[in-house]
Amino acid sequence: MPGAPSQRQFNPYSENGGTILAIAGQDFSVIAGDTRQSEGYSIQTRYAPKVFRLTDRAVLAVNGFAADGNMFVKNVKQRLEWYRHAHAKDMPLRAIARLIQTMLYARRFFPYYVNNILGGIEEDGTGAVYSFDPVGSYEREACRAAGAASSLVQPFLDNQIYYKNQLAATGTAHPAHLPLPSVLAIVIDSFTSATERHIEVGDGLEIFVVLARGRSLQGLEGVKGMSELTTTDDGERVFVVRRELKKD
Amino acid sequence: MDHFPTSWGRPRNDAIDAYGTYPIAQRPYNGPKDAFSEGVQHTQQPIVTGTSVLAIKFKDGVMMAADNLASYGSLARFKDVQRLYPVGTHTVIGAGGDMSDFQYIQSMLDELMIDEFCAQDGHTLGPAEIHEYLAQVMYARRSKMNPLWNALLVGGVKDGKSFLAFVDLLGTTYTASTLATGYGAHIAQPLLRSAVETHEHELTEAQARQIIDDSMKVLFYRDARSINKYQVATITAAGSSISDSITLETTWDFAEGIRGYGAQTE
Repeated sequence: MPGAPSQRQFNPYSENGGTILAIAGQDFSVIAGDTRQSEGYSIQTRYAPKVFRLTDRAVLAVNGFAADGNMFVKNVKQRLEWYRHAHAKDMPLRAIARLIQTMLYARRFFPYYVNNILGGIEEDGTGAVYSFDPVGSYEREACRAAGAASSLVQPFLDNQIYYKNQLAATGTAHPAHLPLPSVLAIVIDSFTSATERHIEVGDGLEIFVVLARGRSLQGLEGVKGMSELTTTDDGERVFVVRRELKKD
Repeated sequence: MDHFPTSWGRPRNDAIDAYGTYPIAQRPYNGPKDAFSEGVQHTQQPIVTGTSVLAIKFKDGVMMAADNLASYGSLARFKDVQRLYPVGTHTVIGAGGDMSDFQYIQSMLDELMIDEFCAQDGHTLGPAEIHEYLAQVMYARRSKMNPLWNALLVGGVKDGKSFLAFVDLLGTTYTASTLATGYGAHIAQPLLRSAVETHEHELTEAQARQIIDDSMKVLFYRDARSINKYQVATITAAGSSISDSITLETTWDFAEGIRGYGAQTE
């Protein structure tokens, strides 16, 4: 309205940069994120985790407004703890995915300003990735990138994971699933490249790997900076690989 | 949602509204009553403000500094305000932003510490707990669209662990070995990082103090909402102490030679 008095309104949101991605394999899932947290042109910290172990078979990456992200993860973890107390087992991955959709949609009219990617192992032993929008729309996919550099990383994954715009050599076919070492190499390359081209990406990289029950380490044993986070000895196993990224 | 079927509109059959109660004139309202709710204003902007707070980790703990000015816009309104505040024996908080909101936070924390003391359960709140509490309060207030307009640093040492973290009016939190709020995040943070990062466990208290003093001097020269009077808090395993106000020695003779922005004619 022209001439009407205007009021400056408090903006309850911010955007804290960073990028996350997840790739599902046949019997594993890889979920990764950088550790830089920024606001505008300022780096707030070089180490703020965006990827969280929820259970031995589920890992959640959260990107967007950091305060909302941390609060959301806190709430999801509490709901999973209540489930554990009620049912004496960890919630299955697809149930966690639906829980997350419900929790996000509950805030449809004051949304959590975050993109979530959930990775892990389904009850049938397959690797899975679920991606969500801020109000809870979700789907299961083979790979997904989100966050500040998603527009750089997602096309790369489309090409390298889905083989988009690539023709298989005559008499051969593209593989349906990549082996773990190839996936790790693609993840690391994605983040080093995003770090080069996007100012909000860098400092550190955390790669979580979830292995299906009873699987071998599939080449993970030789990886530099790897440590295990598994809490039980007969189920799925969770590992984290920590790497440095450029800090400029 | 309104769960009274009679409020949903004219019922289509007697099974729903057998006694023909529609339309109901007015159902009683049982929610909280506030005759002045339309007159309640939420904080839209900070009024009396403090500028930067700086903090670094060093070998034995955490050091934090803030000047003594509370500004009213560009007016240097209150020149003897303490913006560092001890909470319990292990923690110091420092605040930039609205000073009345900060004073409210101080009394809120005082009350919290008294409640915890009265529990007599052998536990005391350390810096990590104070920070978590503040983060929850700040996030809850921003979610009610009624923020406490501050950027806070929380520093301390407890059980041999030093702790330094940030929280602001949006509920955004993070930790690092060097932190700065407000203008200091742009001017002092780069100086602090180059002096401290990777040396956190070697820096002595004297070296840390030198870094803080140098940064506060730069801030006074560059930040128009600062004053040359500040305090330094040191928190180690032995406890916390906040210094008396320190007045910076500054020189301005070089200003005579500057040409170009002032009222000089040549």
